[in-house]
Amino acid sequence: MSRQAVRSTDPKRVSSELFTLTYGSLVAQMLKDYESDEEVNKQLDRMGYNIGLRLIEDFLARTNVGRCHDFKDTSDKLQMAFKMYLGVNPPITNWSPAGDEFSFILESNPLTEFVELPDSHSSLKYCNIIPGVIRGALEMVQTEVVAWFVQDQLKGDSTSELRIKFVRRLEDAIPAGED
Amino acid sequence: MADDALFDFLFMEMTNSLYSQNDPAERDASVTKLEQIGFSTGYRLVEKLTKDWPRFKTELDVIKFICKEFWSAVYKKQIDNLRTNHHGVYVLHDNRFRFLTQLSNNKQYIEMAPKYLAFTCGLIRGTLANLGINSVVTVEVTVMPACKSPARTFSKYKLTVV
Repeated sequence: MSRQAVRSTDPKRVSSELFTLTYGSLVAQMLKDYESDEEVNKQLDRMGYNIGLRLIEDFLARTNVGRCHDFKDTSDKLQMAFKMYLGVNPPITNWSPAGDEFSFILESNPLTEFVELPDSHSSLKYCNIIPGVIRGALEMVQTEVVAWFVQDQLKGDSTSELRIKFVRRLEDAIPAGED
Repeated sequence: MADDALFDFLFMEMTNSLYSQNDPAERDASVTKLEQIGFSTGYRLVEKLTKDWPRFKTELDVIKFICKEFWSAVYKKQIDNLRTNHHGVYVLHDNRFRFLTQLSNNKQYIEMAPKYLAFTCGLIRGTLANLGINSVVTVEVTVMPACKSPARTFSKYKLTVV
């Protein structure tokens, strides 16, 4: 029993590292599977979208937030989601005059904690899963948006800037095949 | 600090998008891929987990570390039962396996279970590899959400993790 000196590992920290490392391994695997970086970007976005479709349920169940009144409200709730899921608090900036477009500034990004992009993958959007998640999640609450990274720390920019643009409100529709 | 739910969702999506059911050859290839992702994750994760630990003296120490620390860190609970034949085969039982608890608690969907376990096999294999043990990790599920995995090291022993 000499080895009982307890070195307990912080569960939250491990959980975060597990997530980061798994994502990294996944991207690495996809780079092997697909021919071009563009195809990987597309797949990551699609996976993010599928995650977003489910994640929104979790978010709504755990936070008790209601419907968004306007896009400003949506941005605040997205910020809340960032805090809740990634543990970061990105400031909201660069509102467009029409109020339909804004940016999150990500100082640190849990996804990229241990990442360095090699030059050979300069067109890879490593974090492309995040815009996908946002698009998927908001679609489930009748808001169509487009999201993309304007700046990326991995590409040498000083911060990562995630831009989100409101497209339109989705109407409750009759399911396909029932008219 | 990423939330647990996020990892669960990523895991589900990763499994679903990589796993193709069409023909057996493709299915094997996709299981290998998931296993490979697990391997490289485990290989790097354990480096961080064992940072403050002294060197493990015996193989059993390594296995105990996996059952307690590693399992609690990744699966939020300890292994329920560990068996060994003292010749390198270890069988780890988990009666409430994290990735299966949301799926079912009887035999329904049991044929779907293997694809959710490939990642774990790789994870354990990667962990052992980084700790200097070559192994083969297999897994079997009789009733969800329990699972047990036997693992084997090529050189002299097997390790079973359920």
